[in-house]
Amino acid sequence: MKSSDDGSLAISLRGVSKNYGDLQALKDVSFDIHKGEFFGLLGPNGAGKSTLISAIAGLLKVNGGSISILGSDVEKDYRQARMNLGVVPQEIVMDPFFTVRETLVFQSGYFGIRNNDQWINELLDQLGLSDKADSNMRKLSGGMKRRVLIAQALVHKPQVLVLDEPTAGVDVELRQSMWRFVRRLHNEGHTIVLTTHYLEEAEELCDRIAIIDKGQLLALETKEDLLARGLGSKLLVRATHPIETIPLEYQDRVARLEGNEVELTIRRDSDSVMEILDRLRAASISIDYVSVLSDSLEDVFVRMTGAQQGGQS
Amino acid sequence: MNWVATYTLLGKEVTRWRKVWMQTVLAPVVTALLYLLVFGHVLEGRVEVFPGVKYTAFLIPGLLMMAVIQNAFANTSSSLIQSKVMGSIVFILLPPFSALEMFLAYVGAAVLRGLAVGVGVFLLAYFYVEVPVENIFVVIAFAILGSYVMASLGLIAGMWAEKFDQIAAFQSFLIVPLTFLSGVFYSIKSLPPFWYEISKANPFFYMIDGFRYGFFGQSDQSILLSLAVMTSAAGALTVICVSMLKSGYKLRDS
Repeated sequence: MKSSDDGSLAISLRGVSKNYGDLQALKDVSFDIHKGEFFGLLGPNGAGKSTLISAIAGLLKVNGGSISILGSDVEKDYRQARMNLGVVPQEIVMDPFFTVRETLVFQSGYFGIRNNDQWINELLDQLGLSDKADSNMRKLSGGMKRRVLIAQALVHKPQVLVLDEPTAGVDVELRQSMWRFVRRLHNEGHTIVLTTHYLEEAEELCDRIAIIDKGQLLALETKEDLLARGLGSKLLVRATHPIETIPLEYQDRVARLEGNEVELTIRRDSDSVMEILDRLRAASISIDYVSVLSDSLEDVFVRMTGAQQGGQS
Repeated sequence: MNWVATYTLLGKEVTRWRKVWMQTVLAPVVTALLYLLVFGHVLEGRVEVFPGVKYTAFLIPGLLMMAVIQNAFANTSSSLIQSKVMGSIVFILLPPFSALEMFLAYVGAAVLRGLAVGVGVFLLAYFYVEVPVENIFVVIAFAILGSYVMASLGLIAGMWAEKFDQIAAFQSFLIVPLTFLSGVFYSIKSLPPFWYEISKANPFFYMIDGFRYGFFGQSDQSILLSLAVMTSAAGALTVICVSMLKSGYKLRDS
């Protein structure tokens, strides 16, 4: 994939590879994330998502390829690249010696920023941590610690924010308040990169989505294109009487047949719903109700990663 | 060079040991004083190492330096291994630190802890026996050099180790034996010729011997030789540590 960095790219990956002994964790991964995008990075456990994020954050050295953040190479120009990037790690980690405020003041200083109290107070306020500012990190709940991680990632006002499964194990209320805050950051122009296991979150939040598995990029499309990829939808038909036979040409498409309802798998790019309905009517099925059930991102994801596994097994 | 970042990391590391001062400062001071009381009581009047110097007075610089260097080593090694095991090292690896900035901050904080312990031992020991200070500059120079060298070794151990017991092994099988056999409790001139020569190959000996010169104006080896050994060791360890940090050895390759 050729780079098209005209200043519009938040993150650019070119031929990124990473090996752990014989295991190839990343295989020649190339793609771009544009400024201002809300970008989803999906994949099953062990797909290479966290490895990829670690490589972007400079937490590991890749065996091949290059990565840049807002045009700054993460190795050659690591200082500027890291100033541009905030990362919320997957694991809840903390330094148990310090209070929340101390943690954020230190983190500001690490980025060369002094007297950052105004922004730190705003972060504490926005993340509902103001009353915990002087509490020791050890005394916070898991959800609170997660919020501190977000504040730490934002303390130097990075343009690009990477959230590595930020809502894992987080209750619904916190999850919603977290997304409200992240949406606000996105609306203010920040680029957001999200990995999550909750596919409905990606479906709801992300503009574009990359799916990786076994260290390889399987798909990179807008959410709409991914959902309408022709990978399939379902046609629900309810008849006025119990359905006994399905026309021969559709028998291998039956996903469910119960009483007077049948669900047929259809291909958006090649099937005509009207033609299917005509054939069903011709087979003496009296149609009462029809609905097209769209694939969820989860359906697409399972099919793609499942196909990958099937293809390689 | 980002001085704000360096100073902040140094401040964070100092705050870390200050917050648990009973463990990091008071405990080693008490341990050093116990050594002084026991060995001083047993050997006072029976051993004269330097002419005109009481054994307890002779003992104090050795014990003091032992406390300084062991705590300087413990600070860098424990800070790194803790943050590696707990995962909080990520907060240091994500910001734009250079290798030299990280090195100066970690080692600087460890030197300060070593000196804090040293001052504590000296002040309390002074109530027990009066120790002359022949040359305060030599005392300070060797305290800083000794803790700098040991803090650098602690940094290497912290980067290399993946578990707490590896640090403990490093301390038990390398640092403690080399310290105890460096002339803390005796002059190496009192040893048989073979062990005298072996002791001269122990780099820790030069820390203790040079430091002791600052108190009594006499030592087993030339003060200039001790100074040369210490500055060479400090320089070599600086290069090794900065190279390791730059390569991300066992920090950025997981």
